[in-house]
Amino acid sequence: MTEPVFRAEGLTRRYRNGGAEVVALDSVDLTLDRGRRLGIVGESGSGKSTLVRLLAGLDRPTAGRIWFEGTEITGLPERRLGFLRAAVQMVFQDPRSSLNPRMKVGDIITEPLRSRLVRKELADGDHRARLAEVLAEVDLPADSADRYPHEFSGGQRQRIAIARALAPRPDVLIADEPVSALDVSVRAQVLNLLTDLVRSRGLTLIVVSHDLLVVRHLCDQLAVMRGGRIVEAGATGAVYSQPRQEYTRALLAAIPRIKVG
Amino acid sequence: MTLLDVRDLSVSFGRSRTPAVRGISFDLAAGERLGVIGESGSGKTVTALAVMGLLPENATVTGSISLNATEIVGLDEVGMARLRGDVISMVFQEPMTALDPTMRVGRQVAEVLRLHQGAEPGAARERVVSMLGEVGLTDPQRVADAFPHQLSGGQRQRVIMAMALINSPDLVICDEPTTALDVTVQARVLEKLDEVLTASAAACLFISHDLAVVSQVCHNVLVMLDGEIVEQGTVADLFNRPQHPYTRGLVATARLDQIEPGERLPTVEDFHARRP
Amino acid sequence: MKKAQLVAGLVLVALVVITAIVAVFWTPFDPIRVVPSQRLLGPGWPHVLGTDGFGIDIASRLMIGARTVLVVGIISVGLASIVGVPLGMLAGQLGGWVDEVVMRSADIVYAFPAILLATLLAAVYGSSTLTAMIAIGVATIPAFARVARAGAKQVMASDFVLAARASGTSRWGVAGRHVLPNIAPLIGVQASVGFAMAILAEAALSYLGLATPRPNPTWGNMLRDSQQFLVTAPLQALWPGLAIALAVLGFNLLGDGLRDYLDPRLREVS
Repeated sequence: MTEPVFRAEGLTRRYRNGGAEVVALDSVDLTLDRGRRLGIVGESGSGKSTLVRLLAGLDRPTAGRIWFEGTEITGLPERRLGFLRAAVQMVFQDPRSSLNPRMKVGDIITEPLRSRLVRKELADGDHRARLAEVLAEVDLPADSADRYPHEFSGGQRQRIAIARALAPRPDVLIADEPVSALDVSVRAQVLNLLTDLVRSRGLTLIVVSHDLLVVRHLCDQLAVMRGGRIVEAGATGAVYSQPRQEYTRALLAAIPRIKVG
Repeated sequence: MTLLDVRDLSVSFGRSRTPAVRGISFDLAAGERLGVIGESGSGKTVTALAVMGLLPENATVTGSISLNATEIVGLDEVGMARLRGDVISMVFQEPMTALDPTMRVGRQVAEVLRLHQGAEPGAARERVVSMLGEVGLTDPQRVADAFPHQLSGGQRQRVIMAMALINSPDLVICDEPTTALDVTVQARVLEKLDEVLTASAAACLFISHDLAVVSQVCHNVLVMLDGEIVEQGTVADLFNRPQHPYTRGLVATARLDQIEPGERLPTVEDFHARRP
Repeated sequence: MKKAQLVAGLVLVALVVITAIVAVFWTPFDPIRVVPSQRLLGPGWPHVLGTDGFGIDIASRLMIGARTVLVVGIISVGLASIVGVPLGMLAGQLGGWVDEVVMRSADIVYAFPAILLATLLAAVYGSSTLTAMIAIGVATIPAFARVARAGAKQVMASDFVLAARASGTSRWGVAGRHVLPNIAPLIGVQASVGFAMAILAEAALSYLGLATPRPNPTWGNMLRDSQQFLVTAPLQALWPGLAIALAVLGFNLLGDGLRDYLDPRLREVS
């Protein structure tokens, strides 16, 4: 029985906003096996982004424990997290703010390769070659490397962000609202790219979205979050066709469908 | 009766060689709801701003925009200000930036009312609270006394709607009004928008990149691409018999729930090659 | 309108810089040697702006003054930014008690006007251009620290810094590769404005005798020297005053113009 990729127990995250205390995550348990594709659905304030940032080691929980491939990561100092950073990469929601406007695209994409933490974990390789490889994989022209983010469209920038995430050859890809900031007509391209990449590289995928249709398309497992807790979870098809919770039903009903006449 | 008549409208910025809007023409009857679909860069927002007279200084506008027989192109700021908030109003995408963070919400709505109707503070308050109730805000008294940051995204957007509708304008322009909202909130706000528009018989120009969202409020749709109108028709026409390849691509790409999970999604490029 | 501002600023600043550079190699007349026979001549030929109370050509002294002004500006702004920017970045990036300590220290320094610092230094080391530059530089550190801190805080809140952390980039890497390039424009604007303030401060200090001593010319001490002749030769006061005003105006316009020019570029055009 292989070790699950991620395991979380009693994960809680509290913080102070102004005078009040906000409970972003309330005692969440989670298990994710290798090769699975998990979708985390919820609206703003549901805690979904907080959860994945904890998993990616970008934030520390107030309480609870997290294991990555059997190794506990809660409480590990940054300098010992190299193995996590090399294996788990993230794509953020807004392609306008997730790319440094003053850095060339080539430097942005190879940044994970150049950090000392991650370098130790990877086999040494030619960065330029890897850059060319990864640009081809996301279907961007090779000369993109010398240009700046503002020269690209939203969809292309999201592909740059995906290329950056792929550069260190991670095992896990976490996509936080990967297409929400894109026009509807551009989403299909990015979704197709994600589907192909996950399949061809055997990636374990976590997708965070408020859009149930996106999650349905990309994931085989689904968790619905509300108010910092997971309220429903299961196989995507089952949750979609037979939602047990009122809230899940409300989410499904709210999806805008083309109203003809 | 035609409310808005746009003829050969072209807009370009500064010394740019490519115009943002290229000679478009369309009209809107009183009480009609027209959706404008397009991607970023299609010129849809620029068109809306042109109708509102809100384009930046470096914009060159040619053609004609006629609202109730008043020509808007070339109209001076004073004349335009008289129309805005009264005859024509706008609901923006980002409710946080459209509201003054230092002013209570009720007062902001009242300002719009007083500007055009000169009502007294007492009478204005009543109308403001009533309007806030009409747009679906529960406890409108409390909302009127709140500051924008104390309200949720959906509540703020309803406040903007109240501001846009309080003077019973002839035309309401909505620019991606629900894009920043959660899906359940979006559904409710669109429903309420449909209701209040019907109640006030105002015409509506609804701009979005999402055909499904537009179809909740509008019957007719324009499709814009690279500054031009490539197709026009009812939602049913566009959906069942799309003519232009780009429209076909849009319709194909909009139905995510029709594709099997994991299968390749049709993209717009499958139908229409983009300009490089 | 915005572009005109930037151009005007550039022109004025260029004028000062070119004058200063030329002055290193050549001035029409000796700016220091006293020539009693030529005292207080009005503008004409060959002394285009006239001569001062010691018979020295005003135009030549003005040119050397420009050189001094440039040196003072560069050294004091340089000092302020080399110390202030890293401190501000540290405060903005790390937050917490580091932020508190740096900012409170900056407040304390801020409370001492340049003039007080210059007086203190002059009392210990005697007045000179160097003491003036150090005093002005130190007094300007808090302004740079504040701007750098605000910029750093904004950058730290962005998604691309989060992405950098996810890539394993160290704190130093984030500072050098992400924070610094993105706050550079803000610092540039601050430097331009800082230059203007340094010119004014130096003029004030020279006027008070706390900076460059006679006979070396600075615009400030030229103003002071011209005071005794205000009734008999009023034009003498005009030239240095005009020079100061134009230089300060130039740097301020440049700073404002840069700020306006950079703002829309950084913003998205959808």
